[in-house]
Amino acid sequence: MEYIPNTPEDQREMLKAIGVSSIEDLLRDIPVEVRLKKDLNLPEPLSELELLKEMKNLSSMNANTEDFISFLGAGAYDHFIPSVVSHVLSRSEFYTAYTPYQAEMSQGFLQTIYEYQTMICELTGMEVANASMYDGASAMAEAALMGTRITKREEIIISSAVNPRYRKVLDTYLRGLKYPVKNIKWDNGITDIEKLSMVISDKTAVVVIQNPNFFGSLEDVAAIIELAHRHGAVAIIVADPIALGILKTAGELGADIVVGEGQPLGIPLNFGGPYLGFFAARMEHIRKMPGRIVGATTDKDGNVGYCLTFQTREQHIKRERATSNICTNEALVALAATVYMAAMGKHGLRDVANLCLQKMSYAKNKIRELKGYTIPFSAPTFKEFVVKTTVPSEKIQERLYSEKIIGGLNLGTYYPELKDHILLSVTEKRSRQDIERLIQCLSQVAGNVN
Amino acid sequence: MSIKPIFEKGAPGRKAYSLPDIDVPEVEINKLIPSQFLNDGFINLPEVSEVELIRHFTRLSQLNFGVDMGFYPLGSCTMKYNPKVNEEAAKLSGLMNSHPLQSENLSQGALKLMYELEAFLKEIGGLDSVSLQPAAGAHGELAGMLVVRAYHEANGNPRKKVLIPDSAHGTNPASAALAGYDIVVIKSSKDGLVDIDELKRAVDTDCAAVMLTNPNTIGLFEKDILFISKVIHDAGALLYMDGANLNALLDITRPGDMGFDIVHFNLHKTFSTPHGGGGPGSGPIGVVEKLSPFIPVPIIEKGGDKYYLDYNRPHSIGSIHGFYGNFGVLVRAYTYIRRLGAKGLKEVSRNAILNANYIKKRLEGIYYLPNQGACMHECVFSAKFQKAKGVHAWDISKRLQDYGFHPPTVNFPLIVDEAIMIEPTETEAKETLDKFCDAMIAIAKEVETDPEIVKNAPHTRVVKRLDEAQAVKKPNLRWQKNLSNTIKNP
Repeated sequence: MEYIPNTPEDQREMLKAIGVSSIEDLLRDIPVEVRLKKDLNLPEPLSELELLKEMKNLSSMNANTEDFISFLGAGAYDHFIPSVVSHVLSRSEFYTAYTPYQAEMSQGFLQTIYEYQTMICELTGMEVANASMYDGASAMAEAALMGTRITKREEIIISSAVNPRYRKVLDTYLRGLKYPVKNIKWDNGITDIEKLSMVISDKTAVVVIQNPNFFGSLEDVAAIIELAHRHGAVAIIVADPIALGILKTAGELGADIVVGEGQPLGIPLNFGGPYLGFFAARMEHIRKMPGRIVGATTDKDGNVGYCLTFQTREQHIKRERATSNICTNEALVALAATVYMAAMGKHGLRDVANLCLQKMSYAKNKIRELKGYTIPFSAPTFKEFVVKTTVPSEKIQERLYSEKIIGGLNLGTYYPELKDHILLSVTEKRSRQDIERLIQCLSQVAGNVN
Repeated sequence: MSIKPIFEKGAPGRKAYSLPDIDVPEVEINKLIPSQFLNDGFINLPEVSEVELIRHFTRLSQLNFGVDMGFYPLGSCTMKYNPKVNEEAAKLSGLMNSHPLQSENLSQGALKLMYELEAFLKEIGGLDSVSLQPAAGAHGELAGMLVVRAYHEANGNPRKKVLIPDSAHGTNPASAALAGYDIVVIKSSKDGLVDIDELKRAVDTDCAAVMLTNPNTIGLFEKDILFISKVIHDAGALLYMDGANLNALLDITRPGDMGFDIVHFNLHKTFSTPHGGGGPGSGPIGVVEKLSPFIPVPIIEKGGDKYYLDYNRPHSIGSIHGFYGNFGVLVRAYTYIRRLGAKGLKEVSRNAILNANYIKKRLEGIYYLPNQGACMHECVFSAKFQKAKGVHAWDISKRLQDYGFHPPTVNFPLIVDEAIMIEPTETEAKETLDKFCDAMIAIAKEVETDPEIVKNAPHTRVVKRLDEAQAVKKPNLRWQKNLSNTIKNP
């Protein structure tokens, strides 16, 4: 076995040194009643050659964004990833390390996390960021919990224009604590602020919105934050990091916690994970934050170095009184995002955002002109938008697949009232030609003449 | 030589990307989005060229230590070698570039892989159902504790408390508390195992579950596990296993056969997926039949020839991840299990146990051994002898860095004073173990002859020992333009 160096001779020598005659002698504390009586029933081992063939076979049974043109987003996006990202990530000094508890031996990773925290703060307009959460959904759930700790209140208000999958995860996280959750209806594709103002009270701990929201529409973030603060509630914004290339930061608008899915920042689609929950807040609340935080300090000679800090919030110290149970996070994914943000730099993120916006807008206007399709919501959108069809959306998807196009998301799955509504995503990767192909297919399937 | 933050590198106008020109008619941004929503035009990110970027991160990587560079016996973390074929598999385009919401028809490869991995984990764990959703061990613990709650609620009473030994990982009490339970700490016996009398006293009809790690964090097998299981089940409570130490048990015994009702697997430990500097991990949970209805959705099912995502499980606790968990990690673990099969897994645990016992034997007497007898896949010493000379486990860990090893876990488990927890794993050769033991012995000698060299270690890394207290007192958690000048920068 190539992963296990011990030869029978090594084993004999080691057993002799230990003073036992067989490995079996070392297992004597395991009661015979629980010992496995037969071999595990698993497939026979494969050599590396056979194994790769098998894995390629599994891979080929999946559509991928190299062979298909994708207009599917809804929380996971087909953005361009510069080559530098995977090359830095393939350094095994990074990827075969673990949590940098031994700071002097982990300065490389610690510095990248410090740089990551800095970039997330710049992007969100916040004062402190942690080293990562599992994904956007769990980051949002943890943000809501942090909000209850800040306000010492329990009621959570969330817009139903927030990603429905995130809301499901929030519900799961709250199953034990039983904090009440109130969903605010949307209207014309954005959160109904009037409804929110009727529901919010001095019992409200947090108000959660997403911007751009699940329908791709831009919310009136400032108004909602102002409303939350008027009632002493914490305002949590779920942000798209690419949109922050052109949008005002939630921090500038007064948000208390900003979280989101970092996958658009140079992370492959990976069939849903590993992704990256980014998490940023106001410095005054740092002791209520979940997750690891890296800080700069000095060594005994006065040289700059980095270490994990504010660890008394964490489970390995505080146990049941910790701010979160998180231990292993998404450090390597955060490194990918750091390299991506460094590569895009001061102007690149804005360029990506503008490309998305221009192409989205072009596609939206073209579809608006098609017979059989309407754009039901008038709010401005960024890289996604909703289309209402007169043709059943399943029929459209089928047709698109036959043209090697992955259409958008059928919204009826998540919002029964939005049957035959499709959520389309257009990133910088879609060329005008890709968009024209989509338009042509949509047109044909709806029986347009052209 | 430390490395300047990337924000202090480069120059205005430099960049490390190229993008296509806009190929659709361009409209001014403020015609598409109201100007009150827009920022003022740029974000304060670095401006570096591609070569500067690559050198920056490459040099940072050289200041880091991973399994590929040397021995990394970090106890409880199973820092085994990460096979490279796993990485190749995870990069295959159909696995890396597939969208989680593309139709099931277009995702049969991914679903088949997940379906089979669920089956492998059921077999390895001796369990009836598996959910691959949790993204890490602690995430699996939370899912597991919510399953406990859902089960008891379905029986009319969620119960109030969860019993956890004082030797447990901190995630256990933190996860149970997040699931709304009170924590009762069970003291360990003097031989490092669950104190059966304590346990019996604490178990009652308010007890929802007991969370155990087996082998426990002292590296010992809970030999009374069947009796413990009976006591707990007689009280109507559930038995949860923290699977952090599963690398000791493969093809030897199975959690389900020992009476555990719920187990989380750490795929990044036992199943060789890289730890990524702190993640991503993956923490699937497996359960016995009576808990199957409650595990997180979706589960992968097969109908005819077709694999599909099953959300239609009305008693499920719901989803705990935005999609299906850390799929890329699942691919690596799947690849590993297919490479090894039952035959290979059998060698894994047996060699891990052999290696740990070999280290234990070589260091016995030089470092204090709180518990006698054979250990499982890791051994726990105490720096009690060295403490008498004013040297702590923490100091010894720092000195080990100078000898070129990543230190073991120190000061955990909490029940061992000055704990040094060594987990060599099966992927290390005897010569490596010998060199490590030689270093440990040399350090013990230094404690006698020149304790200052240990207390002031490390001496050979890029930085000397860091002032961790200052990092809290004067928080510097992000780079800011003038702040870095306040600290001496070489």
